[in-house]
Amino acid sequence: MFHLSGYEYFLGFLLIASSVPILALTASKLLRPPTGGPERRTTYESGMEPLGGAWIQFNIRYYMFALVFVVFDVETVFLYPWAVAFNQLGLLAFVEALIFIGILVVALVYAWRKGALEWS
Amino acid sequence: MNSGIDLQGSFIQSLQQLGIPPEIAKIFWLPLPMVLMVIGAVVGVLVSVWLERKISAAAQQRIGPEFAGPLGVLQPVADGLKLVFKEDIVPAQADNWLFTLGPVLVVIPVILSFLIVPFGQNLLITDLNVGIFLWISLSSIAPIGLLMSGYASNNKYSLLGGLRAAAQSISYEIPLALAVLAVAMMSNSLSTIDIVQQQSGYGILGWNVWRQPVGFLIFWIAALAECERLPFDLPEAEEELVAGYQTEYAGMRFALFYVGSYINLVLSALIVAILYLGGWEFPIPLDSLAGWLGISETTPWLQVVTASLGIIMTVLKAYFLVFIAVLLRWTLPRVRIDQLLNLGWKFLLPVALVNLLLTAGLKLAFPIAFGG
Repeated sequence: MFHLSGYEYFLGFLLIASSVPILALTASKLLRPPTGGPERRTTYESGMEPLGGAWIQFNIRYYMFALVFVVFDVETVFLYPWAVAFNQLGLLAFVEALIFIGILVVALVYAWRKGALEWS
Repeated sequence: MNSGIDLQGSFIQSLQQLGIPPEIAKIFWLPLPMVLMVIGAVVGVLVSVWLERKISAAAQQRIGPEFAGPLGVLQPVADGLKLVFKEDIVPAQADNWLFTLGPVLVVIPVILSFLIVPFGQNLLITDLNVGIFLWISLSSIAPIGLLMSGYASNNKYSLLGGLRAAAQSISYEIPLALAVLAVAMMSNSLSTIDIVQQQSGYGILGWNVWRQPVGFLIFWIAALAECERLPFDLPEAEEELVAGYQTEYAGMRFALFYVGSYINLVLSALIVAILYLGGWEFPIPLDSLAGWLGISETTPWLQVVTASLGIIMTVLKAYFLVFIAVLLRWTLPRVRIDQLLNLGWKFLLPVALVNLLLTAGLKLAFPIAFGG
């Protein structure tokens, strides 16, 4: 059984929260002066003419971190219900979580040894 | 248990006396706490900007802002007004839509997270049963906005800043979530109200910081990293990346980033206060004090006093943490990107896992001290 009471507040607050940036941007649109010249719209590169764009292919070193992140983020999501219901589950749940976390620690050690957690 | 002041109930009741049915009265009530909370968040930002500038000045033996209003308190308002009147510069090479959507996506989830911040037993917008988990999930939306604006700027500094911001957020989100998990385990609930109530009754001795000292440190370090505060402000490291993902931003779009980062700081401080420092609880257990003095818990003036004390305590605790964050900014040097990632993945993550298992083990061994 889903308990969805209280989420009408979420929707209402989503509307109010989204109105903040919309209001701020429209207020500024009405009040600010027009933008001068095309020179101002050049990309900043420490005063030089920009050499090429930024939309090119290059090695993103954080790629491996993103992969490891997915594994551990899913792990945390699985652990949330376990933690909340822990007082009703007792010793068996503790052992089960120990095994579950143990498997993931092995994965962490593997990623560590393989160098997935090295930045260079 | 003292249920405290119930503003919603009284509001609906008083409208009923005017002949308005309770369903319609509830619709009237709905936007009130939300608008109040947004105004509170904006005022909180102005106060923390002023505090940051004053404390920074004091740390460097300067005076800081002093002309706009007494002690310069109106300086942040003046800065904000200035940004509204600034011209709107979008680089010709940039992707216009993503460029605007980036800061908006950063601000909305941060404001939305105030949904679950309680200032008292009934003084919050709504007591969702997912509670603190909502904050965890909302806080993972912001990196998408940062990445979006970094990419849309079509500027090399912005792109590198955006990538760094995303890498940093995802690296510190896991220790953060695991630290929250240990607290949720102790209170058997994700609701922020239950988390604070579990710490009540013993005054300062009942606060989670004594039972979760390691979790508290992990959470605070990770929260600083999520807010991109100084020891971890690599995404906008001005000596390396000009201003990171904000390089091309000007005017109101820049202001949104600025406001977003300060709301995030205040919000993180509030969440630390709720999770580890007893939320709205006074350091001395007021309930038992009132009982000892022979005052009934339902006395109207006592309820008003405890409710206002609760709000003051929550805000004081949060601003104490903001104060520490500002002092840390002028005390610690910035870490390198490899140090940052090492700290997150090779130190905080294993320690957070051990902390979680230790909490579980202690909860089995001493169920009374760790929330049954």
